[in-house]
Amino acid sequence: MELIRPGTTFDFIGKKKFTVWVSAIALAISLGSIFFVNGLKYGVDFAGGILIQVRFSQPVDISEVRNAMETMGSKDAMVQKFGGENEFLIRVEKIEDDLEALSKKIQTFLQERFKGKELEIRRVEVVGPKVGKDLKRKALWAVSLSFAAILIFVAWRFKQVSYGLGGIAALVHDIIVTYGAISIAGLEYSLPLMAVILTIIGFSINDTIVIFDRVRENIKKLRKEDLETVFNISINETLGRTILTSGTVMMVVLILFFFGGPVIHDFAFTLIIGLISGTYSTIYIASPVVLFWNKHFTRKKKR
Amino acid sequence: MWRNLKWRLVIYLAVTLFAILLFLPTVISDLPPWFFKVIPTEKVHLGLDLQGGMHLILEVEAEKAVESYVERIKNNLKDDLRDQGIPVGRLEREKRNQIVLEVSGEKGKWEKILSQRYSMMHELSTTTLDKGIWRVTLVLDSRQEDQVKKNAIDQALETIRNRIDQFGVAEPEITLQGTDRILIQLPGIKDPQRAIELIGRTALLEFKLVDEEGNLEEALKGNIPEGSIILYQRSVDPKTGGIKKIPFLLKEKTLMTGEVLKDARVAIDTQFNEPYVALEFDDIGAKLFEQITGANVKKRLAIILDDNVYSAPVIQERIAGGRAQITGRFDMKEAGDLAIVLRAGALPAPVKIIEQRSVGPSLGQDSIRKGIISTLISAALVALFMIFYYRTAGVIADIALILNIIFVMGALAIFRATLTLPGIAGLVLSIGMAVDANILIHERIKEELRWGKTIRAAIDEGYRRAFMTILDSNVTTLIAALFLYQFGTGPVRGFAVTLSIGIIANIFTAVYITRWAFDFLALKVKVKRLSI
Repeated sequence: MELIRPGTTFDFIGKKKFTVWVSAIALAISLGSIFFVNGLKYGVDFAGGILIQVRFSQPVDISEVRNAMETMGSKDAMVQKFGGENEFLIRVEKIEDDLEALSKKIQTFLQERFKGKELEIRRVEVVGPKVGKDLKRKALWAVSLSFAAILIFVAWRFKQVSYGLGGIAALVHDIIVTYGAISIAGLEYSLPLMAVILTIIGFSINDTIVIFDRVRENIKKLRKEDLETVFNISINETLGRTILTSGTVMMVVLILFFFGGPVIHDFAFTLIIGLISGTYSTIYIASPVVLFWNKHFTRKKKR
Repeated sequence: MWRNLKWRLVIYLAVTLFAILLFLPTVISDLPPWFFKVIPTEKVHLGLDLQGGMHLILEVEAEKAVESYVERIKNNLKDDLRDQGIPVGRLEREKRNQIVLEVSGEKGKWEKILSQRYSMMHELSTTTLDKGIWRVTLVLDSRQEDQVKKNAIDQALETIRNRIDQFGVAEPEITLQGTDRILIQLPGIKDPQRAIELIGRTALLEFKLVDEEGNLEEALKGNIPEGSIILYQRSVDPKTGGIKKIPFLLKEKTLMTGEVLKDARVAIDTQFNEPYVALEFDDIGAKLFEQITGANVKKRLAIILDDNVYSAPVIQERIAGGRAQITGRFDMKEAGDLAIVLRAGALPAPVKIIEQRSVGPSLGQDSIRKGIISTLISAALVALFMIFYYRTAGVIADIALILNIIFVMGALAIFRATLTLPGIAGLVLSIGMAVDANILIHERIKEELRWGKTIRAAIDEGYRRAFMTILDSNVTTLIAALFLYQFGTGPVRGFAVTLSIGIIANIFTAVYITRWAFDFLALKVKVKRLSI
């Protein structure tokens, strides 16, 4: 079976004058939303605070839970419906010292208040502010170092810095766009979403390397063509694979999105955005960066 | 050529069998004991986010251990100087590791005591206040301070381990994280609050005399007599739930601590049918207790736990035999937990809970069930799609994917890794990359066939070319994963572990095992057309 007929030549790279604007606008919207408009809503994992997930065996309205929290004197508690029937998330973003005691107080109070409704405490997370900060700092550090390693390895394998830079530029683009989507959709940035970001990094660099590899091979074959044409041919030659791979992964993620339940829902949404961005960035970020670099910074030495 | 193929088949089958054996304990729970002697494996542990349980991170406040260490030195110094007849004025601990001392008399004499018996304290400064009166500031040796801190943390770890063992939790995990944090994982625990109280409590048991001469009312107004302190007895009214606090004026000096305990058990008071905790001291403790009670007959001796007065009975007579009891309004559970913490000993320094996550067992099961269902659906769809699109080659790819999952599970079992939610994300990514590897190979072979190559040549060339790409992309991702593992924490690491294992399994299954199948088709079956 053939998805893409051999010899197909879409002019991908030729559209780069247009897509530069697409990328620029996507990045601007993302950064704008993260830093100026919506911000990034950190969950308990990163911001510190208390999260309690409760389920009642009998119908309870959300306002009853809110009322209970107010009566208790916890005005800054947020209550939201979660997943199944009569299930709620209670969140307190307090950065005071004795969160543990507060969490205990809330639990005993709720147990008492909803005595007849068989309250089940399904999940409790109490994270001190220091822990969240540590996690953020260490994750950032780990990701930065892994980027540096990718840069060096790719530059070495392809014998040119530009390929490393192109790959990293694509990664940075994907991360910004994904965080932008998280911010715009108002999702809470928590541990599972951090795992998604890591997954997207892996997927995106994989995608980029596949095309770079074909470029490396074609440079030797098509000596007369300029680099731009070689990139375009390479992207076309690997187009079948790109569509198949991204398509299969997308299919899986869509299933997770629709059937995975509330815990997976945000996770899958973020992954969808990241996948689209990761596939796009290979063609329209990584490749143009290499081309730009070769045009302006590499001494012309015709082999 | 066929011989070569046969040998490869034998090796691949052996590796697969081994992986299945490693993974077996995870699927079948009642394997005979000899199995584990032959196969060095365990079942794959699920993270607490998947199976339910509690995750705690405690920070040991090691400075407090330094404080009480310096405090003890100060008390000894006071006694020593008095014994030698050296007049002492002010003698106090300052900050956490300094002692300020005002002393008079012969300079050589007290200097000798300081340098001979208190070499762990350095003289920071000595100033002359008046003629014949000096103010000396001593500071704890920094190496000694580090040692005290380290001991405190080690001991805290040990004590907590003891307490949890006695509490009875299956497969607890208690490890040191960084320098002063203790990570505790208690799978499947039902009552997290109770466990927290048990683990987090300092459980410092002290015996102090009640200050009978001092005036309690005056003291409550702020005029606390020198050498005395006020502590409270807290009692919860079972009807209203209100807390009543009764003040006690006590001598500051601690006569005895829980260090000399040999045993602590729950017993029932036959008269009131109320549980209490019976204490038994070791030999030193028994002797000490006899001395203390003998010297203070008709006085009140307060039993204090973590600065809470539990009771302050009047000593009727000298008590020999080394037994005492703690009474209070306990229920059986409370008394039992108290006995556990007393038996396991006090924490050398208080601990602070900086992170607690507990997942109820039902929620863990929910996420597993939903995760498994959606994983199965998606795996089935991907497999069907591969067969639909690549026919025979698709079947080969699907078998490789199944083997990939078996290998990863086997590796997780032998490395005793824990599978968490981020770990599953890493697994999914590695499976995505495995699918990608198969697609790369198939597309490449198709391309080579299109160029008019023979089936054998197309397979050779297709694998050779695609292998370069797969290696480059997988190794790049692997390097990134290794860095994430090295420099990341908890969840980041969980992701990196499954991803790394997945990538290595991927190169093996997608490149080598499928290659065998293609070679088999081309060389042995000698197909005329490759179904790809």
